[in-house]
Amino acid sequence: MTSKSKFLAAPYLLWMIIFIVIPLALIVVFAFTTTVYTDLEGNLLSNEEFDELRIEYDNFYDMADNELPYKKQTVFTLTHIMEVSNYVPVLLNSVWLAIIATAICLLIGYPLAYLISRMRYGFQKLMLMMVMLPMWMNFLLRTYAWMTLLERNGWINKLLGLVGIGPFDMINTQGAVVLGMVYNYLPYMILPLYSIMTKIDNRTIEAAQDLGANSLRVFSKVVLPLSMPGVASGITMVFVPSVSTFIISRMLGGGTNMLIGDLIDLQFLGNAYNPNLGSAISLVLLVFILLCMSITNQLNNEDNMDGGMLL
Amino acid sequence: MKKLTNYLSFLLCILLLAAAACPVSAEANADGYDPDTLSYSNSVDWNKFRGTNTSINVYNWGEYIAVDDGEEGAFDVNAAFEELTGITVNYTNFASNEELYAKLKSGGAAYDIIIPSDYMIARLISEGMLEKLNFDNIPNFALIDDNYKNPDYDPTNEYSVPYTWGTVGIVYNTTLVDPEDDVNTWNILWSEKYAKDILMFSNSRDAFAIALKRLGYSFNTTDEAELQAAAESLKEQKLMVQAYVMDEIFDKMGGGEAALAPYYAGDAITMIDDNPDLAWAVPVEGVNLFIDAICIPRGAANKDAAEMYINFLCETLVALKNCEYIGYSTPHAEAYLYLSDDLKSNPIAYPSDEVIQNSETFTALPSDTTRLIDTLWTSILSNTSTNPYLAMILMFVAIVLSLGINVWRRQRKKQKMYESMN
Repeated sequence: MTSKSKFLAAPYLLWMIIFIVIPLALIVVFAFTTTVYTDLEGNLLSNEEFDELRIEYDNFYDMADNELPYKKQTVFTLTHIMEVSNYVPVLLNSVWLAIIATAICLLIGYPLAYLISRMRYGFQKLMLMMVMLPMWMNFLLRTYAWMTLLERNGWINKLLGLVGIGPFDMINTQGAVVLGMVYNYLPYMILPLYSIMTKIDNRTIEAAQDLGANSLRVFSKVVLPLSMPGVASGITMVFVPSVSTFIISRMLGGGTNMLIGDLIDLQFLGNAYNPNLGSAISLVLLVFILLCMSITNQLNNEDNMDGGMLL
Repeated sequence: MKKLTNYLSFLLCILLLAAAACPVSAEANADGYDPDTLSYSNSVDWNKFRGTNTSINVYNWGEYIAVDDGEEGAFDVNAAFEELTGITVNYTNFASNEELYAKLKSGGAAYDIIIPSDYMIARLISEGMLEKLNFDNIPNFALIDDNYKNPDYDPTNEYSVPYTWGTVGIVYNTTLVDPEDDVNTWNILWSEKYAKDILMFSNSRDAFAIALKRLGYSFNTTDEAELQAAAESLKEQKLMVQAYVMDEIFDKMGGGEAALAPYYAGDAITMIDDNPDLAWAVPVEGVNLFIDAICIPRGAANKDAAEMYINFLCETLVALKNCEYIGYSTPHAEAYLYLSDDLKSNPIAYPSDEVIQNSETFTALPSDTTRLIDTLWTSILSNTSTNPYLAMILMFVAIVLSLGINVWRRQRKKQKMYESMN
């Protein structure tokens, strides 16, 4: 590696330090600390005592001249990580729904990506555009549209009503949340799969056929192993946003099927303003995603030794 | 949906106008007050900031100020203020008091005007997050009804100017609710008959208030056992709840998605206007009387200009237009006089004295109680387990597993390379 190429990496390195490394470190710090107030002698104040002291100070002293009657301290604590235990079911539920959504995306996306990659060039362009088309619309709007479709008096139930079936309860279920994830993240599965599959040389498939492999064997011995890197990055790109989504579950799940993303949102922007707990939950989620990615990478590396750069 | 009906009614209006050319401008009400005669007062020098390139950041609830929606006699408060004073208004919305609190607490945004509700104002005052107002700049404060001055949440009335008030009751769909059933009780929101037809507040304070009142406790209880009991009953109710909502309620009740929902009176009037099947019920156990008031957060950049904005909102004409548009009840004594007879006699907006007597207002809670409510609320919305070490153990296992997998992979890779070399 020459010094010149190192220099070229500098902008991203800087970016990475400012926007990835430092925020991650902040999350870790927040997760393991809490803010307490003490009086000037260093005795711990309860919340009530602190409120009283502050109001008294606000009312009777001039801000500029007087020393604050309390001190703020940040201390190490494990309480937030322990509190996260209360929400492990929520975490597991989120992981479970994300796994289902990812599996469905893979089932739908894989054959489609293969078909597109074997099409004529002009058709490929057209089909890719169709895959991308929903992404041109705002994410929130797409999800909102599903709300009006799935509602009890929504369009699907209205149509079903015309032929005399239903109405079904579709919105505010876990199924609706999974549907929202699949709909929103499907392109992220298809695109990496397609870009890998389009590189599979038709001649390798023909060679396998010439050697007497039936279509099932061609698929399992040639196409599948060669497309594994695409599968791995597709899974990553669908699973990670699915597991931490929050707006989908709120809009389509009705707030009764809380996911881990909603919980984090609640800590930072919602009822329970508690950034420390929010960071602790984020940290646990991070570790979970790391585990899932390790497993995915394993899948990728089983037969393909040089594809391990995806994590 | 709501916007669509607005446009439709606008079109209809134009058609009617074209057909009949009838005068639809407001007329004097039964007490002889004609809104057309109103104009701005000279209570302050409105031109003080003209040409100084001043702007203020206003943070308000959604659908909570009069805007030009194209309807007859529409009035845009912010545009009118900009025209009158030359101050630019940057207007943004929040969906709940808690969202506002989080925004202020995290310090990421600077606002000059905020309009929280009573209990949040009390909390902001106790945490030293509001500026004291200079009432010399707000002479129109004198026009506020004395009943709304020195409220529980701001006993010395140094921090806030009342903007609107109202009660919380039950909005229900008359086509979906059995007329035999008694809707005038909070118990109906726990009725299994309407399982999955009930909407509920998605903010903790309002949700707990209903549960507490149903059990016969005060909204402002600090008793842990009572709060635990309320949390238990909210957990029970969760099985019956279709969704926890705030502003989504307009769509859901308007479209007949749900049968029953507790909500604020002013919004109920808007919903009933849009969907005539809806009706309003006042639970006998007692309701919450809330006041939303205008405040200036500590550290506001343009406090004087913000006070001018508050004074402008307290102009009779502006208060009247706001009140007509948003449907909430006004604490402005003079604006009330000019209200149309319809609105004045509307029992939803201006309930009877009995209802008022049977109501309770939110007061500030000690921060330990607030924290307890927040924890309980989060545990209601999620499902909780008990072992406090579970998360740590799981995290540890996950780290070990992912390390293990990576080490194992490297090992295999080395082995394969070794094999291929031989």
